[in-house]
Amino acid sequence: MQIDLTINQKSYSLELDSRVTLLDAIREHVGLTGSKKGCDHGQCGACTVLVNGRRINACLSLAAMHDGDEITTVEGLSDGELSPLQAAFIKEDGFQCGYCTPGQLCSATGMLQEISEGWPSHVSDSLDGPYELSEAELSERMSGNLCRCSCYPGINAAIRSVGEKA
Amino acid sequence: MSVAKPLPHDSARLHVTGQATYVDDLPMQPGTLHLAFGMAQIARGRVQEMDLDAVRAAPGVVRVWTAEDLPGPCDCSASPLHDEPLLTDEVLYDGQPIFLVAATSHLAARKAARLGKITYAEETPILTIDEALAASSRFEGGPIVWEKGAPDDGIASAPRRLSGSLTMGGQEHFYLEGQAAQVTPLEAEELLVQASTQHPTEIQHKVAEALGLNMGDVRVEMRRMGGGFGGKESQGNWLAIACAVVAAATGRPARMRYDRDDDMVLTGKRHDARVDYEVGFDDDGRVLGLDVTQLIRCGWSMDLSLPVADRAMLHADSSYDLPAIRITSHRLKTNTASNTAYRGFGGPQGMLGMERIIDHIAHELGRDPVEVRRANYYAEAPPLREHGPDKPEVDDTPDTPDREAPDSFSRADEVSSGTGRGRPFAGEHSPKPKAQTTPYGMEVTDFILHEITAKLLESSDYAARKRAVAEFNTAGGALRKGLAFSPVKFGISFTLTHLNQAGALVHVYQDGSIRLNHGGTEMGQGLNQKVAQVTAARFGVEASRVRITATDTGKVPNTSATAASSGADLNGMAAANAADTIRERMAEVVAKHLQGEPEEVRFEDSRVHLGGASVSFEEAAKLTYESRVSLSASGFYKTPHLHWDRLKGQGRPFFYFAYGAAVTEVLLDTRTGENRILRTDILHDVGASLNPAIDIGQIEGAYVQGAGWLTTEELAWDGKGRLRTHAPSTYKIPACSDRPEEFNVTLHSGENRSETIYRSKAVGEPPFMLAISAFLALSNACAACGPAYPALEAPATPEHVLEAIRRARGA
Ligand code: FES
Ligand code: FES
Repeated sequence: MQIDLTINQKSYSLELDSRVTLLDAIREHVGLTGSKKGCDHGQCGACTVLVNGRRINACLSLAAMHDGDEITTVEGLSDGELSPLQAAFIKEDGFQCGYCTPGQLCSATGMLQEISEGWPSHVSDSLDGPYELSEAELSERMSGNLCRCSCYPGINAAIRSVGEKA
Repeated sequence: MSVAKPLPHDSARLHVTGQATYVDDLPMQPGTLHLAFGMAQIARGRVQEMDLDAVRAAPGVVRVWTAEDLPGPCDCSASPLHDEPLLTDEVLYDGQPIFLVAATSHLAARKAARLGKITYAEETPILTIDEALAASSRFEGGPIVWEKGAPDDGIASAPRRLSGSLTMGGQEHFYLEGQAAQVTPLEAEELLVQASTQHPTEIQHKVAEALGLNMGDVRVEMRRMGGGFGGKESQGNWLAIACAVVAAATGRPARMRYDRDDDMVLTGKRHDARVDYEVGFDDDGRVLGLDVTQLIRCGWSMDLSLPVADRAMLHADSSYDLPAIRITSHRLKTNTASNTAYRGFGGPQGMLGMERIIDHIAHELGRDPVEVRRANYYAEAPPLREHGPDKPEVDDTPDTPDREAPDSFSRADEVSSGTGRGRPFAGEHSPKPKAQTTPYGMEVTDFILHEITAKLLESSDYAARKRAVAEFNTAGGALRKGLAFSPVKFGISFTLTHLNQAGALVHVYQDGSIRLNHGGTEMGQGLNQKVAQVTAARFGVEASRVRITATDTGKVPNTSATAASSGADLNGMAAANAADTIRERMAEVVAKHLQGEPEEVRFEDSRVHLGGASVSFEEAAKLTYESRVSLSASGFYKTPHLHWDRLKGQGRPFFYFAYGAAVTEVLLDTRTGENRILRTDILHDVGASLNPAIDIGQIEGAYVQGAGWLTTEELAWDGKGRLRTHAPSTYKIPACSDRPEEFNVTLHSGENRSETIYRSKAVGEPPFMLAISAFLALSNACAACGPAYPALEAPATPEHVLEAIRRARGA
């Protein structure tokens, strides 16, 4: 079937089997390999991308469900100049092997947006915001992105440094 | 100077923009075949019939191989036993590859691989340590035994005695990038292998051997791994050999990556183990005699199990001077995945055993375990001299002379002042006329844990917090807190002495830019950045001038695995050696140009100086080129002073030890066994750090990963030998919320007493074992529930914690 996607502000018209995941469409059919496949089961977060600004695990979603959607992958987070989060990940050593990094960055970008829009999390005290970017909130909201190198201190510091400025 | 600077990882910008490529990100070449293994569904037995018609007929399948179709056994083993045929009819573990599918897509290959109709003649598998012991299913004939002093007398004549046992689980690597390899056939039978591996030379060797090629016919390239942790030291052989077989037979490129669940089933893990002990000690807790037995579950093949089990023995003393000890090591063969290297390589198992023993002794005596630890510590090394390094040691390696370490590597201005605390707790046991020796006869001459311990107890406010924890616990309720300290002393060097060598290749171009290649592999540990900083420092230029290129067996041959934490030690020295060769040549040219002596030439601030005059580094490079002098050199290094007889268990297997200590506080819910880490304080010795930012990242990451091993990461097999925890849904690695709520990591500043690159110390593995403090803190919290010793098992899952609480209560 034909699926139209906008990825990082570029339009793609793809001829895909209806069972192709969004992740495989991005990696194998479009050739953007920044998004990683860590588990292919929605359990590690390495494949996180933004769909219309919301973060999702691209391995758990079919490309066919996103006809007409706007998708941002790690490659689309910067336009030449690094985004504040990208720069903060470098400054705070938010990675070692880097394999989780694309997912962490997309997830954090979406997460900061969710907080600013007043979405509650499991650890939030009340259901109506605003919410502070506390350690507990951050840990809870980023718990879907595993880092086996365990760079969590650096990842957290990077996200906080950007979240606090926002 | 570019060393000692906290520069970011060399690929930092590539990582955050998604441009850093890993094997499975390589552009797909037309005609590429994708591979998958058909995996056995039983743990032990023989394949009787294999009907693969449906596999061959499946969409996209191009060709299928069984053991008979291979050009030979295609052995994948890293051990001298050659006991890992790529495909086989004789099944030794659940998941073992029995046939191989090549198809036009990854998904097609995987789907087809499930269509085989196999009948087996099943046999009863040997799964557990006890089953293997009962059947005497083992490697090396019998147990390996090392002895020092008279342990039986020591135990018998001691005023106090106790015995016990500790079971510890294995650990899945869960490198976020799974195993992956690609082989491209080039002209005249040459093969290009691109693999996610810590050991390119091994892949080259095994691929050549499997196909009857020369090593020179196979080139292995490795840019970076998405994590290794030991899991890519030997486990990648299978994929590379499978791809090579397919590429050679079809003339098409072949790529293989394991799906996550297959990866977890197929590949080896950390060795799970049991440590049994009987110990005699005095009223101060000083160990007088110890008999310790290590039962190591190796899995179905030998792989790296012997050196892993050796290293467990080598760390059975942990940080303690034991006058009389017997270490017995059983290397048990079971019908489970073949356990392999994992960060620490047996060291954590050996060390955890000893720390448990000390903890048990302290509980028995009702003393603070810290005091018992200090009473047993090796004696403190004398403080470093204020000015400059020690005289280089005389190399006593019993073979040909070394190419020596480049000189003047020390930064006298950064020598730690030393506190002169001397041997605060050696008490009546000192002074010792001669350095104390480990159970394997190595002198311990660089011990600094007395100082580290004193500093850490102070900075972590141990005494006051211990009182607060006791108060919290006497208040009652369902929650308990625990607090524990543990030290690390970890031996640095490969215990197979000949592996302690490295090579590097450095080119300076006529415009003054530099290209660096070395034998180590980058898996996130920042090795490339460190080696680039070393190279830049030798030339007196900024690190950004050095371009780091993929590890390539066509450039630097005969490399050792990037393992044993030795990457920077070995490759840093080799790169420095290459750089120094070029530097000397440039110095001669510049000396002639500026009319002086080559010895007076200095490389600083991106310029080459002689007296008051100088030329830029670029000019110096150009001058050298125009003088028709080579600007390219290879470098080599081998670690000096090593000699080791593994069967006798005697010698000096390590160049030096790395030290560290941690204090961890935990909170435990006694109703559910649920627990978390409240605060961790670490003081860790990296010598004179090559890059403090990278080193701190390594320490934090290692601790959290170690805490995962000892708390939430539990591997479970069913009675038929099937791994039931084969995905992150059932196997819990630490997430963001599992790191300590308060996490204070400090580098212990001081130079390595041994002559390493800029007097730094290895950092990859040693801090992993700092997590033992988390396990002991949980044990401490369980002990607050009753009078008896809780004898907590690892990992401290809620189930194990509840059992331990029951034991403590004497129920
Ligand atoms: S690859 Fe999608 S969550 Fe792991
Ligand atoms: S940096 Fe390696 S998995 Fe996160």
